[in-house]
Amino acid sequence: MDKKTIVEIRNLGMTYHTLNGETEAIKDINLDVYEGEIVGIVGPSGCGKSTLLSIIAGLISPTKGEVLVSGKRVEKPSKDIGYMFQRDHLFEWRTILQNVILGLEIHSKVDKKSIETAEHLLETYGLKDFKNNYPRQLSGGMRQRAALIRTLIVEPNLLLLDEPFSALDYQTRLAISDEVGIILKKEKKTALLVTHDIAEAISLSDRIIILTNRPATIKDIITIDLTCPNGIWSPIKCREAPEFRHYFNKIWKELDIHV
Amino acid sequence: MSNKNISKEHSMYLKQNQKRKRTILISQITILILGLILWEIAARFNWIDSFLTSSPSQIWNLFLEYTKNGDLFYHVGISVFETVIGFLAGTLLGVFVAIGLWWSDFWAKVLAPYLVVLNSLPKTALAPIVIIWVGAGYSGIIVTAITVSIVVTIMNMFISFTSVDEDKIRLLETFGATKFQVLRKVVLPYSIPALMSTLKVNIGLSWVGVIVGEFLVSKAGIGYLIVYGGQVFRLDLVMMSVFILSIISAIMYKGIAIIENRFAKWHD
Ligand SMILES: Nc1ncnc2c1ncn2[C@@H]1O[C@H](COP(=O)(O)OP(=O)(O)O)[C@@H](O)[C@H]1O
Ligand SMILES: [Mg+2]
Repeated sequence: MDKKTIVEIRNLGMTYHTLNGETEAIKDINLDVYEGEIVGIVGPSGCGKSTLLSIIAGLISPTKGEVLVSGKRVEKPSKDIGYMFQRDHLFEWRTILQNVILGLEIHSKVDKKSIETAEHLLETYGLKDFKNNYPRQLSGGMRQRAALIRTLIVEPNLLLLDEPFSALDYQTRLAISDEVGIILKKEKKTALLVTHDIAEAISLSDRIIILTNRPATIKDIITIDLTCPNGIWSPIKCREAPEFRHYFNKIWKELDIHV
Repeated sequence: MSNKNISKEHSMYLKQNQKRKRTILISQITILILGLILWEIAARFNWIDSFLTSSPSQIWNLFLEYTKNGDLFYHVGISVFETVIGFLAGTLLGVFVAIGLWWSDFWAKVLAPYLVVLNSLPKTALAPIVIIWVGAGYSGIIVTAITVSIVVTIMNMFISFTSVDEDKIRLLETFGATKFQVLRKVVLPYSIPALMSTLKVNIGLSWVGVIVGEFLVSKAGIGYLIVYGGQVFRLDLVMMSVFILSIISAIMYKGIAIIENRFAKWHD
């Protein structure tokens, strides 16, 4: 058991103050995330999932506790951490290639070599023919793939994905989540994936954190161990694993959704 | 998509469309020509008092005279110069102030009521003060033009700056962008459409400022010609000046529309 810890969350608490009052979004969360792991986070909507990711990313400061990433206390955004949003947020006025190198521009790392890397990634992920197109000319799936490349190209150790597929239609979302899962595993990235899709969480994650209603605390942590068909790991294929149903029911019950 | 294999129906459709466009243009020109002819006839047959209305032929003759002796170029040149400077300065200053307000939320809140009051005030009311303070020359007129366009520029640009999607800014922040980088990479490019529409408005507003300024200063320029013509009851001079004014401002407006088209290639 000498897995390297990438993220350490210690006694984390977050309370928002607005003129309408205070909202306690997160209470007393403790969690370790190990290298190469994909951790799914599910919980009722509005419970504090995005808040949690924003704190880990250093976009907002917690009111209690701390987060360490690679042993360093998070105080502001760092280039070791990549963030993906629900929507792709490609800039309409930039071509796909220009969008993909946005992070490199911020880090002043645009040069011949990095452009080549960008073009190579675009080729790998099937966007080569679209590199000079504008985002509006691409389908939702292609746009989200471009957003993923934009995140990956700055080579973060840790990826924070906040419902990254939920703006896509069902078929695209299946295909893209499968692709992204395979990419993450291939690149050995550590990732935290917030989703409200239980099946998506099970098929992609090594562990799933179930959060309670607001203020979010950890209700349960479930380690996912699927026997994928033919022993090939692919999120879509793994949905056929015999244990899948069992995990699904368990999480469903724990989420305790009343309609 | 491709132009090679167009169906018959589609080429019919395109032809129809072309034809309609041409008919519209022809109608527009016809109205202009008919209007001028009617005006001329009415003046010749004394249906209207050409002392008050002048006539196209008088205006044309005056135009030829003014071009020959160079007076026209002198006055037009001065007005165009004042307008262009006032327009550029008003727009640039307005954009800079808007950037400042975007930068400092505190000052944006502090100055908001002043901006609202200034925005609802007819700026031409300030022209006499401006001219007394700055001087009854080019500079006074230019500052008047700036006064007219700057407030609208600040308001429009500030609204555009603050309507950038929060998540787009957060995206840049996840890359560790500084506030200046956020401004350069997302806030300004996002606001180019707003800038273009502001430019179009400002061309008209700068002309308002310049003409009003020239009315007051009365030394030279198209505004001066109009006021002078009115005082000595030379309606041909007034009409000619107005015609020239409308042609030049239309050309400037068109120029901005062309620049806008260049910038707008990402949203066809
Ligand atoms: N900037 C903020 N200011 C005040 N309250 C906020 C802010 N952001 C989120 N909240 C509140 O915190 C709670 C958790 O929000 P969020 O983390 O976005 O939930 P989730 O992503 O799980 O849907 C919600 O009740 C939300 O209204
Ligand atoms: Mg959320």
